[in-house]
Amino acid sequence: MSGKTLFDKVWDQHVISEIDNGPSVFYIDRHFIHEVTSPQAFDGLRKRNIRVFRPDQTVATADHNVPTIDQHLPIKDKLSRFQVQKLAENCEEFGIQLYGLGHQYQGIVHVIGPELGITQPGFTIVCGDSHTSTHGAFGAIAFGIGTSEVEQVLATQCVLQRKPKRMKIEVNGPLAKGVLSKDIILYIASKISTSGATGHFIEYTGSAIRALSMEARMTICNMSIEMGARGGMIAPDETTFEYIKGRKFAPKDAEWDQALEKWRQLYTDDDAEFDTSYQFDAADIVPMITYGTNPGMGIKITETVPDSPDNTKALEYMGLTPGELLLGKEVNHVFIGSCTNSRIEDLRLVASLVQGKQKADNVQAMVIPGSKQVEQQAKQEGLDKILEEAGFHLRQPGCSACLGMNEDKVPAGEYCVSTSNRNFEGRQGPGARTILASPLTAAATAITGRITDVRELI
Amino acid sequence: MEPLNIVRSTCVPLPAEHVDTDQIIPARFLKATTREGFGDNLFRDWRYHNDGTPKPSFVLNQTQFEGKILVAGKNFGCGSSREHAAWALYDYGFRVVVSSFFADIFRNNALNNGLLPIQLPEAYVQELLAAIERNPSLLAVVDLPQQEFKIEGGQAIKFDINPYKKSCLLQGFDDIDYLISQQDKILEYEQNKI
Ligand code: SF4
Repeated sequence: MSGKTLFDKVWDQHVISEIDNGPSVFYIDRHFIHEVTSPQAFDGLRKRNIRVFRPDQTVATADHNVPTIDQHLPIKDKLSRFQVQKLAENCEEFGIQLYGLGHQYQGIVHVIGPELGITQPGFTIVCGDSHTSTHGAFGAIAFGIGTSEVEQVLATQCVLQRKPKRMKIEVNGPLAKGVLSKDIILYIASKISTSGATGHFIEYTGSAIRALSMEARMTICNMSIEMGARGGMIAPDETTFEYIKGRKFAPKDAEWDQALEKWRQLYTDDDAEFDTSYQFDAADIVPMITYGTNPGMGIKITETVPDSPDNTKALEYMGLTPGELLLGKEVNHVFIGSCTNSRIEDLRLVASLVQGKQKADNVQAMVIPGSKQVEQQAKQEGLDKILEEAGFHLRQPGCSACLGMNEDKVPAGEYCVSTSNRNFEGRQGPGARTILASPLTAAATAITGRITDVRELI
Repeated sequence: MEPLNIVRSTCVPLPAEHVDTDQIIPARFLKATTREGFGDNLFRDWRYHNDGTPKPSFVLNQTQFEGKILVAGKNFGCGSSREHAAWALYDYGFRVVVSSFFADIFRNNALNNGLLPIQLPEAYVQELLAAIERNPSLLAVVDLPQQEFKIEGGQAIKFDINPYKKSCLLQGFDDIDYLISQQDKILEYEQNKI
């Protein structure tokens, strides 16, 4: 018999039973909820007259819909205010811990889970948000679910799931200077397309992945969904354990030792098999940008917009032409934030690049920390000063212009170089044109006012 | 959930590929706290200009096309996990979406809400789209018990559906009803785990 993959190991530990020819009853260790995809689930519970089954395994925060300035004031937008208030009422009624607006732990759900030590190796984690795959960086099976499934988890701490196929993506070799994990994942997405991993759960391996920090690994796993995958994971190692140790909800003392022993079993056996495998060479990866309207439409920053009949609609929306070089193109907005790139390391990188420089006059540059804790840390390190002096607007935590639900939107027809994960039509506001890139590329672009190869500035 | 059995209807063609859930229902319309009413903003930015006037070129604004069956290009429903996309399609009046490929989360969300995703071969979907364009009053029949799709008077083509999901749809029974019936096993699992 062949060995098991990391994914198989964690999966098998959580299957309670299987329906013949159907999905499995799959146990969930941790559940995150936020204001946008949970209200209908709570309504469902009320209609069925049932309670939350394991309230202490669910954690809530307000992130998608919150303003990123003046968070101490009541939310101006009536509908947003109502939604955030509804979340608070639901958490109160059903006994769920809420890190709401103003709380020291509030932030984007996929930033706060890891930073509080709630996210741990071997866990199963779900949230009504597709980027739940982020938590896979710790060797957890983490995936996004719809609101009906949120209701399932609230009601029974289980979801019905079919086991996905297994995909291995291996990246080997050292990364060049100025190339970040965001470039790795944009590169992979450009190779296997926006639907290339549908039906699969990815394991990322290889020396280039191993060498990454936890935050950089989260950026990779975060975008698994952009290739259609259910999720992506990375086997935990010393880097992982080091990161978790001492965090608020991390195991302590004897429990820590027990946990470590369990976590060290979480790897793919040498003789385990995958349904699909890819291998990439880190030496081929350079700063990447997207030119189209899905994250798979990426190119090396030095390349020209590809000429293909498949691109016509996307290029029309983006106002680009085949053969055009994006490098040097004028840009009016830079957005640094989202669950992909809003952690302290991202802010440090940006600050180190812009220190002593000034953003270009034609650019509005917004930096949105992923959480209250990131914001605090940035202030302690003086990053806020550096950013403000360079003309960047450091705002308060939330999803912000990643999805344009609050007032942080990009005006129609204008370009925004964004560190977020989706360049769909209208994602950052109706008609907004999003170019996905790494935090360094975004920062460099803000400084010159044009799409810039960061390698020229460092 | 409303049971679904046989659907006989004209079809609405949407040949676009990779239709993501941000197009189906843009994020700025996700502020409601109930499941109803999302149909008004279905495909909002394709359907309306910024000032709210309809875009005549979009299929939902073309009166010759209507019905309970949406026929779409491949990789339908990719992107955000928002179940609001399934609610919006359902609320608008669709009961079936036909495509040659569905994104995973969308497929699940649709099935959980009484909206049937039918995956058919790419060539068939292309022909179907062309046939609807030629004759918008073409009637299609979806027979869930038989797992068949056909243009009335034409050859039926089989489609796959998970037997469990099929029985749920036929009975209007949902996953939560099932999971709640499994509570003893769940408790037992929790006990053994520690
Ligand atoms: S930052 Fe963007 S992608 Fe991440 S959870 Fe928020 S809306 Fe979703």
